Amino acid sequence: MINTGNRRGDRIFSGLTLAAAAVLVLVLGSVAVFLITQSIPAFTANETTASLLDSTFWAYALPLLFGTVWVSVLALIMAVPVSIGIALFITHFAPRRLAGILGSLIDLLAAVPSVVFGLWGVAVLAPALQPVFAWLVENVGWFPLFEGPVSATGRTILTAAVVLAVMILPIITSLTREVFKHTPKLSEEGALALGATKWEMITMTVLPFGRSGILSASMLGLGRALGETMAVTMVLSATGGISWQLLTSQNPSTIAANIALTFPEAYQTNINVLIATGLMLFAVTFLVSAVARLIVRRLTVA
Amino acid sequence: MLKNTVSKTRKLKNGVATTAVSLAFLIAVLPLVSVIYTTISRGFARLDIEFFTYSMRGIVGEGGGILHAIVGTLLITLAAVIISVPVGILTAVYLVEYSKPKAASAITFLVDVMSGIPSIVAGLFAYAVFALILGPGTKLGIAGALALALLMIPTVVRSSEEMLRLVPRDLREAALALGAPKWATVLKMVIPTALGGIVTGVLLGIARIIGETAPLLIAAGFTASMNYNLFVDRMQSLPVYVYTQISNQGNPGWAFEDRAWSAALVLILIVLALNLVGRLIARFFGTKSTR
Repeated sequence: MINTGNRRGDRIFSGLTLAAAAVLVLVLGSVAVFLITQSIPAFTANETTASLLDSTFWAYALPLLFGTVWVSVLALIMAVPVSIGIALFITHFAPRRLAGILGSLIDLLAAVPSVVFGLWGVAVLAPALQPVFAWLVENVGWFPLFEGPVSATGRTILTAAVVLAVMILPIITSLTREVFKHTPKLSEEGALALGATKWEMITMTVLPFGRSGILSASMLGLGRALGETMAVTMVLSATGGISWQLLTSQNPSTIAANIALTFPEAYQTNINVLIATGLMLFAVTFLVSAVARLIVRRLTVA
Repeated sequence: MLKNTVSKTRKLKNGVATTAVSLAFLIAVLPLVSVIYTTISRGFARLDIEFFTYSMRGIVGEGGGILHAIVGTLLITLAAVIISVPVGILTAVYLVEYSKPKAASAITFLVDVMSGIPSIVAGLFAYAVFALILGPGTKLGIAGALALALLMIPTVVRSSEEMLRLVPRDLREAALALGAPKWATVLKMVIPTALGGIVTGVLLGIARIIGETAPLLIAAGFTASMNYNLFVDRMQSLPVYVYTQISNQGNPGWAFEDRAWSAALVLILIVLALNLVGRLIARFFGTKSTR
C-alpha cells in the first residue's frame, strides 16, 4: 500500500502557499478599500472644509489630471520614435557582437533612480535647454505651443517631459526590441531577395509585424510616465491651472508631483483630497495598463 | 553584366533611415552619459570620512553626512524584503505547483494590477493604514517598508514564477516517483534548482525599490537625526535625503548641492552593485533548463 504518512506536511505546505496568495489578494483589496474610503470625504469638500480647495474638489483635481496626462503624452511623443530607432539599431543595424552590450547600456538607464534624474534635470538639463527655449520663443513664437514669454529658469513642462521621456526609454526599447527580434526570418529574407533595400525590408516586414508590440510597449511607458513623481516634482516649477504653452513659467502641475509637494504639510480633509487625487491617478494608470494587456493578449492569440 | 538597379531615391531613403536610426541611439546615450558624468564629477566633492560617519543633526550649513540616511535605507529595505520575499515566493509556488487554472489567472491578473500601482499611491496607502491605527500624522520607517514591499511583491512573484516554471517536469516526477511527498519535492528539489534565478529576481527587486523616493517621503517622512527603530518616529533614507537637500536648500547653497550629488552617487553605486551581483548570480547559478 502507498504510505500516506507524510500527508500532513503536504497539507501544511500547500496551506502556506495558499495563505501567501490570500495575503496578496487581501493587501490589494485593502489598498482599494483604503483609497476609496479615505477619498469619500474629499468629493463633498469645499473651500471651508479643506484649505487646499478654491471651490470644489473637481475644480482642484481636473487641472492636475490635465497636467499629468499632458506631460506624459509629451514624453511619449518624444520617447516612442527614439525607442523604435534604438530597437531597430540594436536588432538590425549594429554589429551582432555589439548588440548585447548596446542593449545593456540602454538598460543601464533604467537603473538610475528617479531622484537622480530629477537632480540632473534641475542642475544640468534645465539650464542647458533654457537658451533653446528662448530661441524657439523668439523665432517660432507664432506657433501656439511655443508662445512666450519664455521661462527664465528653463524648468517648464517641456523640460519635465524630456526627463520623463529619458526615463521611459528603456522599458519601451526593451519591449520593442523583443518584438523586432521575433520578426519571421523568412519574410525578412524574402523582402531582401526581391531586391528591397534594408530600410524597405524594415518598413515591409519588421514594422508591420511589430505594430501591436510597439503599441503595447508605448502604453506601458505611458503608465510609467503617469505615475512618475520625483523627476517632475524636482524639475517642474508648477503654478497650477491648465495651459498648453510649453516654454513659459506658467505650468500645470501633475497629480503625483502635487502629492509629493503638498502632502508633508497637509492635515485633516486636505489629506483626503490628496488621497482622492491619488485614487484618480491609480484609476488612470490602471486603465492604461489594462489597454496594454488587452493588446498583448490579442497579439498572443493571433 | 548586372546593372545596379536600385534607384537614387531609394538609396537615399535607405541612407537617411540608417542615419536616423543610428542617431536615435546616440540621442539615448547622451543623457545617460551626461547623468553619469555629472553625478561622478559633482559627487566626488563630499566623498570624505565625515560624509559617511555623521548624520545631519544640528548641521545648518556645511559639513554633515548621510549615516542616518544609510541606516534608514538599510533598515527600511531589509524590512520590505522580509515582508515581500516570503509572500512573493510562496505565491509563486502556489501559482506553479498548486493552483487551478482559474485561480492562477485571477492571481496573475492581480499581480499585474499591483505592479501598476504608482509608487506614490503605495506611499499614500501605507501612510493611511498607520494613520488610521496610530492617529493622523504618524510617519514611521515601517510604514515606508510596507509601501516598498507593496512595490516589490509583484517583481518577486513574477521572477520566481518564471524560474519555477523553468524547472523540468522530469525532476518533479522523478522525486515523486521515489516516494517523496509533494512538499518535500517542492522544498528540496524544485526551489533549490530554481534558487539562483529566484535570488536574482529578489536582488533586482531590491535594486528597484532602494531608489524609490516618493513613497518614503509620504510614509516615512524625513529627519536629520539617527533613528534605529523602524516602529518609532520618522526615518531618513538616501533618496529622500537627496531630495530634501535640494528642495530645502539653506545657506550656503553649494554645501546642500554637494551633499545631494554625493548622496546620489552613493545611491547609484548601490543600485549598480545590486544589479551587477544579481546578473552574476543569474549567470553562474541560474536555472539550468537547457542542459
